[in-house]
Amino acid sequence: MDKLLVSPNPHIHTAVSTRSLMRDVVIALLPATVVSIVFYGLSMLLVTAVSVVSCVLLEYLITRFLLKKPSTICDWSASVTGLLLALNLPSTTPWWVVFIGAVVAIGVAKMTFGGLGQNVFNPAIAGRVFLLISFPTYMTDWKAPQGLFGADAVTGATPLGLIKEGLLQGQTVTGIMAENGFSYGQMLFANVGGTAGEISAIALLAGFVYLLVRRVIRPHITLSIWATVAVVSLIFWLCAPERFTDPLFNLLTGGMILGSCFMATDYVTSPMSVKGGVIFGVGIGFITMMIRYFGSYPEGMSFAILIMNAVVPLLNMWFHQKKYGRD
Amino acid sequence: MSSIVIWTIAVIALLGLVLALVLYIVADRFKVEEDPRIDEVEKVMPGANCGGCGFAGCRAFADAAVKAPNLDNNYCPVGGNDVMKKVAAILGYEVKEKAPMVAVVRCNGSCEARPRINEYDGYASCRVKAALYAGDTACAFGCLGCGDCVAACAFGAISMDPATGLPVVDESKCTACGACAKACPKSIIEIRPKGPRGMRLYVSCLNRDKGPAAKKACASACIGCGICAKTCTHGAITVENNVAYIDPAKCKLCRECEAVCPTGAIHSVNFPKPVDKDAVKARIAERNRKAKEAAEAAKAAEAAAKLVEPEKKEENNG
Amino acid sequence: MAKITFSIGGVHPCDSKISRDCAIEVLPLPKTVYISMAQHLGAPAKPVVAVGDKVKAGQVIAEPGGFISAFVHSSVSGTVKSIAPRKDLAGNYMTHVEIEVEGDEWAEGIDLGDNLVTQIPEDRAFILDRIKSAGVVGLGGATFPTHVKLNPAPGSVAECLIINGAECEPYLTSDFRIMLERTKEIIVGAALMQKVLGGCRCVIGIEENKPEAISAMRKALSELGYANIEVLPLMKKYPQGGEKQLIDAVMHRQVKSGALPISEGAVVQNVATALAVYEAVQKNKPLVTNTLTVTGNCLPVEKQHNYLFRIGMPLSYIAEQAGGVPQEAAKIVSGGPMMGKAIANLDACTVKGSSSILYLSDESTRRKAESACIRCGKCAEACPMGLEPFLLRRLALAGKLDELEQNAVQDCIECGCCLYSCPAYIPLLDIIRQAKVQVMGVIRARAAAAKAAAEAAKAAAAEKK
Repeated sequence: MDKLLVSPNPHIHTAVSTRSLMRDVVIALLPATVVSIVFYGLSMLLVTAVSVVSCVLLEYLITRFLLKKPSTICDWSASVTGLLLALNLPSTTPWWVVFIGAVVAIGVAKMTFGGLGQNVFNPAIAGRVFLLISFPTYMTDWKAPQGLFGADAVTGATPLGLIKEGLLQGQTVTGIMAENGFSYGQMLFANVGGTAGEISAIALLAGFVYLLVRRVIRPHITLSIWATVAVVSLIFWLCAPERFTDPLFNLLTGGMILGSCFMATDYVTSPMSVKGGVIFGVGIGFITMMIRYFGSYPEGMSFAILIMNAVVPLLNMWFHQKKYGRD
Repeated sequence: MSSIVIWTIAVIALLGLVLALVLYIVADRFKVEEDPRIDEVEKVMPGANCGGCGFAGCRAFADAAVKAPNLDNNYCPVGGNDVMKKVAAILGYEVKEKAPMVAVVRCNGSCEARPRINEYDGYASCRVKAALYAGDTACAFGCLGCGDCVAACAFGAISMDPATGLPVVDESKCTACGACAKACPKSIIEIRPKGPRGMRLYVSCLNRDKGPAAKKACASACIGCGICAKTCTHGAITVENNVAYIDPAKCKLCRECEAVCPTGAIHSVNFPKPVDKDAVKARIAERNRKAKEAAEAAKAAEAAAKLVEPEKKEENNG
Repeated sequence: MAKITFSIGGVHPCDSKISRDCAIEVLPLPKTVYISMAQHLGAPAKPVVAVGDKVKAGQVIAEPGGFISAFVHSSVSGTVKSIAPRKDLAGNYMTHVEIEVEGDEWAEGIDLGDNLVTQIPEDRAFILDRIKSAGVVGLGGATFPTHVKLNPAPGSVAECLIINGAECEPYLTSDFRIMLERTKEIIVGAALMQKVLGGCRCVIGIEENKPEAISAMRKALSELGYANIEVLPLMKKYPQGGEKQLIDAVMHRQVKSGALPISEGAVVQNVATALAVYEAVQKNKPLVTNTLTVTGNCLPVEKQHNYLFRIGMPLSYIAEQAGGVPQEAAKIVSGGPMMGKAIANLDACTVKGSSSILYLSDESTRRKAESACIRCGKCAEACPMGLEPFLLRRLALAGKLDELEQNAVQDCIECGCCLYSCPAYIPLLDIIRQAKVQVMGVIRARAAAAKAAAEAAKAAAAEKK
């Protein structure tokens, strides 16, 4: 007791900090990362390593030498972006493409807006979409998984991609599904072609449950995305099952789980209020389904999240939470 | 090929013409009638929009100046007399010259003079700190040191001196807009006349504690002893609530108060030489001696007169 | 598990009721007490004694200084040494009456016996008068004069008297101890207030982390047999003991912004206030003692205490009696860790509403460096008033008073949930409180202007006639 501290109330603080929250997200992403490395082998390990290291390094260099501010890498947010970006890429992506993705994610989408908390768009998705548009050949080169432990190789192309292609050739959905032998069990437990993060829905859901239990995120955004996707696809599927895929298929394929659990729930780029979050989720679900059914890309999650990110400031302005004693 | 070029140019030219016409008509139809002198006045204003004049910004000031019957209540402290002369010329008014002013920090409780007795751990804002408690020193009247004045200054004229923990005003940049004085929750900053060639004297303390308590809290506090007020031959110093104040209108810059102040709470600025305390004290002692002599002489004379008076009375009676 | 709680926001800080098993001890008298004239919300009291006067414990030494004000009594017998400004716990000056203790003689008519008086007087005015002349104020934190609160403006009817035994602040155990040790007195006090309010329903709300208090209260209630008083276990959540939150939890009603609780038919009184009311009415004993917890996370359990103190005892004296200030204490708080005041001056004296001396270690209380807002919305999730602290802070830093008012900054109850829960350590409440002060100023100025305009119009109309 040298000199007494004096401050306004409160005098205690919760143990939760930005750092602990971001660390929890990293922990939640670990199962999916490990599963993807197991299934895609060393090339996936390389993609993950390059992505995380370059994201952290870029953030460090930009804060220290461009912005001349204390480095913010200790808050783990760059690591989260790095992991998410890696899970959004095919295992075959060359290291320099991964690096460009990291530059766009951290350098353009995050730091130009002022760093953590200021960015309008989810950095990892911005990086992924940039790569998807700029390097479509690398980004849709779905090489069959070559597992670390000799796990079974499956078809190279993604289910959504195959269906889009098949439909263009005049096939029916059921025909394509039967031809390629998709099963929901496969989708749930791993073994589907696609980006690293799409391989195992179960691993992603485990991470999601961890985040919910640790109260890092609330489930309303994710649930509203799922509900919207289910309702929209159910309506279309009931109308024309030969042309449109069914709800379960849509919930389990593509970046649906990864996007709805980890990307759409990003604090910075999602609305603050529950009402706003639900509308945000409905928007993402709807746009995703429209792109999947009618767009030229097989997969729409990233675009949908990016588009709804832009709407967040408006949602924050329009929707507030219920105040005590006010209507 | 050439026809494409010609068509392109023609279409763009036509578009430009049509849009220009639309713009012209709209601008003309929806023009807001405004006194053109407002624009003129605004042009000569400093354009800092600091609010020091009491209006929201320079345009608001110009608007008010144009509408007012004279310039008595409208004065731009930032532009000073030069700008006001220009404004007066535009509007055809007379302007009263005002003495140039400057912000003065009336606390000299540096870290050494005023030891910290606790550690403030809240949001670094003087307002927040002042609302919470008396402060992290034993002086409840002094500078809180969180720099609200620095943040309030639109001209970058105030900075915190890390050595003393007190704000320092850069005279060359200070425009006396008064934003800092308003921002200070302890009312430590005063807008005072700059004085001839920038020379001025002021009491750099606001501690209203009684002498011993004030001295205990801060080595350089004004202890309200009143020696300065007794010394001042111009009646410029008043002591109220245990703290002295120098009225700039009456002060003749003789610096006697500065020399006699036991705690050094009276500060002088921009004088060519530091005050020679011994010389001033000798001068005061000499003056006091003379005054005493004169008083004694007067007393003696009075006593003599009293002795004479009864005789006169008797004479009258007689 | 009790499910009843308030509906919006709230946080769950660690319970830390370390001193819960320490029975209440009576502190020995010090040599001198300093009794503050500002121990209540509203105007400071005016001293009615002079230097040199002999006073007895329980004797009036100051009168109310306004409508919202309260009597102050001497807590000891002795000689008035001085009536002078003295620093309070924030280091600001306030008039204190200094009394040198001589013996322990109480003023006449005060019943110091332990016998329980259960007979409720029939005369409402008598009860109210006793409460007023005993200087009883709300002891839950706000120290609002109790007689004013129990005498609502004509036209408003009290439907429910809520006795606040939530004690939702971590560490504090004084309310818990009196609920265990003075159970029946509290219930009689509640019955007295119930009588004053015209026999409305009375609910004693206790958080479920105090099961002993809940069962003791229930047992005493069945023994005493007053009608229409019940004990309601509440879920543990901070700030359950907030007046508006408690009304929401117990009555499922929300007090409108800017309105008083009585507008929803609610009157909330703390258990310690109920005890003070009992002593004032049944024993004619003014409010000169209260219970206080000496606790903290850097104080060994054996040094923790619950004390019955006399008002005006210096905090340093109490700390000394409890074994001195621990070396590890970085901050000393008067009150709970969420809403209490940090003590800048340990020589300050206890007042009617003092509830604790809380020692917090450096690591648990020092604020960590602020980092960027990550827009997680945890502050809005935690705010029991449903405000959006992140937005209010932004508006406050931009100086947008009108938008602050639209976003209800004036509803802030300063409970500290936002700052407590912010993962970026942003000093939300510090900034919002300042903005609230400014907005309240604007609102008051507007109300005053409207009133003046109405009066002017009235005067003009009268002149016309």
